Amino acid sequence: MPTATIPALPLLEDYPEGSVLPVEGADQPTWIVRREVLSRLALELRDNPETQFDLMLDLCGVDYPDRDERFEAVYHLYSLPRGERLRLKVPLTEADPVLPSLIDVWSACDWFEREAWDMFGIRFEGHPNLRRLLTHEAFQGHPLRKDYDPARRWILTEDKIYRPDPQPPGGDTDDDIFERMTINIGPSHPAMHGTFRVVACLDGEIIVASEVEIGYLHRCFEKMSETHTWQQVIPYTDRLNYCSSFINNVAYCRGVEQLLGIEPPPKAVWARTILSEFSRIMDHCVCNGTTLVDTGALTNFWYMFQPREEIYGLLEACCGARLTVSACRIGGLLQELPPDFEARCRNLLETIPAFISDVDKLITKNRIWLDRSVGVAAISGEEAVNRGWTGPCLRAAGVAYDVRKAHPYDLYDTVDFEVPVFQGGDVNDRFRVRMAEIEQSLSIIRQLLDRGMPEGGFIVDDPHVALPPKEDAYTQMEAMIYHFKLIMDGIQVPPGELYSMVEGANGELGFYIISDGSGKPYRIKVRPPCFPLMATFSRLMNGGTLSDAIATLGGLNVIAGELER
Amino acid sequence: MIGESWVTTTVDKLEEWGQNNSLWPLPFGTACCAIEFMSVVSSHYDMARFGYEVVRFSPRQSDVMIVAGTITDKMGPTLKRIYEQMPDPKWVVSMGACACSGGFYRAYHVMQGIDEIVPVDVYVPGCPPTPEGLMYGILQLKEKIKRDTRRRLKEKRADSDDSGSAAA
Repeated sequence: MPTATIPALPLLEDYPEGSVLPVEGADQPTWIVRREVLSRLALELRDNPETQFDLMLDLCGVDYPDRDERFEAVYHLYSLPRGERLRLKVPLTEADPVLPSLIDVWSACDWFEREAWDMFGIRFEGHPNLRRLLTHEAFQGHPLRKDYDPARRWILTEDKIYRPDPQPPGGDTDDDIFERMTINIGPSHPAMHGTFRVVACLDGEIIVASEVEIGYLHRCFEKMSETHTWQQVIPYTDRLNYCSSFINNVAYCRGVEQLLGIEPPPKAVWARTILSEFSRIMDHCVCNGTTLVDTGALTNFWYMFQPREEIYGLLEACCGARLTVSACRIGGLLQELPPDFEARCRNLLETIPAFISDVDKLITKNRIWLDRSVGVAAISGEEAVNRGWTGPCLRAAGVAYDVRKAHPYDLYDTVDFEVPVFQGGDVNDRFRVRMAEIEQSLSIIRQLLDRGMPEGGFIVDDPHVALPPKEDAYTQMEAMIYHFKLIMDGIQVPPGELYSMVEGANGELGFYIISDGSGKPYRIKVRPPCFPLMATFSRLMNGGTLSDAIATLGGLNVIAGELER
Repeated sequence: MIGESWVTTTVDKLEEWGQNNSLWPLPFGTACCAIEFMSVVSSHYDMARFGYEVVRFSPRQSDVMIVAGTITDKMGPTLKRIYEQMPDPKWVVSMGACACSGGFYRAYHVMQGIDEIVPVDVYVPGCPPTPEGLMYGILQLKEKIKRDTRRRLKEKRADSDDSGSAAA
């Protein structure tokens, strides 16, 4: 496991003895913080020129029933100007699980705090709307606590459904020209992608206040992962961002590999990079295709979906599945690459650009599209960072943060590619960033193919991690025992914790993994890139028309499986 | 009448023929399966070839609800409400393991199969089902509609025979 040195920051000297304790031997700088100093420390970490932790990546709870201080709230911070990471852990007792809300420091905390309340019952003092976020209104208890039975359900009846009634802060004023009207959209509405619910208060055609309700696809990924072995979690990761399942596989497997201290063989790394880029192309195709169909440009939907079918063919050849691939294994890949892998990739490189350029010609300078998208739902880079944005949406707002460049993994430090950045931060720029990234992804794949497939195996040669070949398991005693142990007990991951990140199709996809050495994950927290984006949706909608809101949601590329897990 | 020739049939059969060849699906898509559903309606697989021509997002205009994706307890009341809003006759296709049985989410927030709250006509297994799988499912539904009409006709005939003999 990689260890990081603790930066000796001068600001720590001002705090009372024992209120901020650096942890030795962690994967990234980690401090244990007493809650009394949390607000002050957070503000200082953000504003001190020597720290500048401007991005709040993730906040989650962890439950340790055996400890005196049962809960731990864990913050993951990132400093864009300095490229540094920091983890803050705040221990809390069961009797008094209360923390100050940090919304004023990082707006991103809003939904993260609601989630921690929902899942663990950690209360955040000063939060304006500390309601359940992911579970429903009739739910009792806090499901991610260790003493909650994973299969204990509560039934929601129609009379208990929450009915939001958003009102603008000023109330009814004389400036209103039209009568106010509250309109409900979703959760089963095509423009809400089937799973979100928006209640908007309209003044004429303008949205003056809105409330977003999610949780309609909360499938309990994190609880499920605690009840399965390390390998069995891989299929669950597919179903997070199901438009680019392969990237989720890579992110998760990389995390576990780092905990185990193993390196996948060069061929696996090579194939992972190529397939990740193809997945990114697919994801961008879905996002841009659905944005365009939501704004009425149906033709492009057909054009954008055809490259997907072609890439599906490649994935199907690699693993047998189209959408939910589970093609990675801890330590490498599921199986040997198909013999025509390179030929298929080259063929895709030939066919995909035609579809992309068709859409480009139809849309990029299209008057109707420009009217619908330029200046719509614009956000400044600074605000986007404060709200926790990453990925294409952040790059559309002028901030060039890409995990592949800032913290290269796999083969990204050996290929030549650019990070497209636009300045407007509006719907049109989000579309253009994705189009430009498709070009870059194609270029990365081309470079890797030119290098040729590395020799060697597709998975590490370690019987404690990789299943022995089937023929050996049938003919050799030792291989059969290894096979049996791996299937029945799973991989034994040593105790430890780690935050591992990749650039998902939609931003920084992080896995915060805690192992207690028991053969199953103790806690897995996904840092979903679209979570902060969706949390901002209400702010982006307000002041625009309803049709703008629909165009905005498509461009944010919010995937419910990942958002709600 | 077609040109100069005549076609004779019963009203029931004509109704069945119409229903069977012009099913308007309501996609109740929530998750991964919805993405595969999109593949089935797009150019490559093109579900329209089988009469599932017009995808309607309004329950009041559709005949068959295709539930594609995990249904959580939070979504349950909405699903039920939308099913109730569909006019008769109506059918339900449960697409994918989650909609059929909760799939591998045996969890605190996931409905263990939509048949807890709505009747299901065709279950399509898979996680997600392949487009071919879904197409097989919708063809099975057509078979079912045919079968049901025949059964109904038979029952009607038996009823009229019964009443005839009773009168005698």
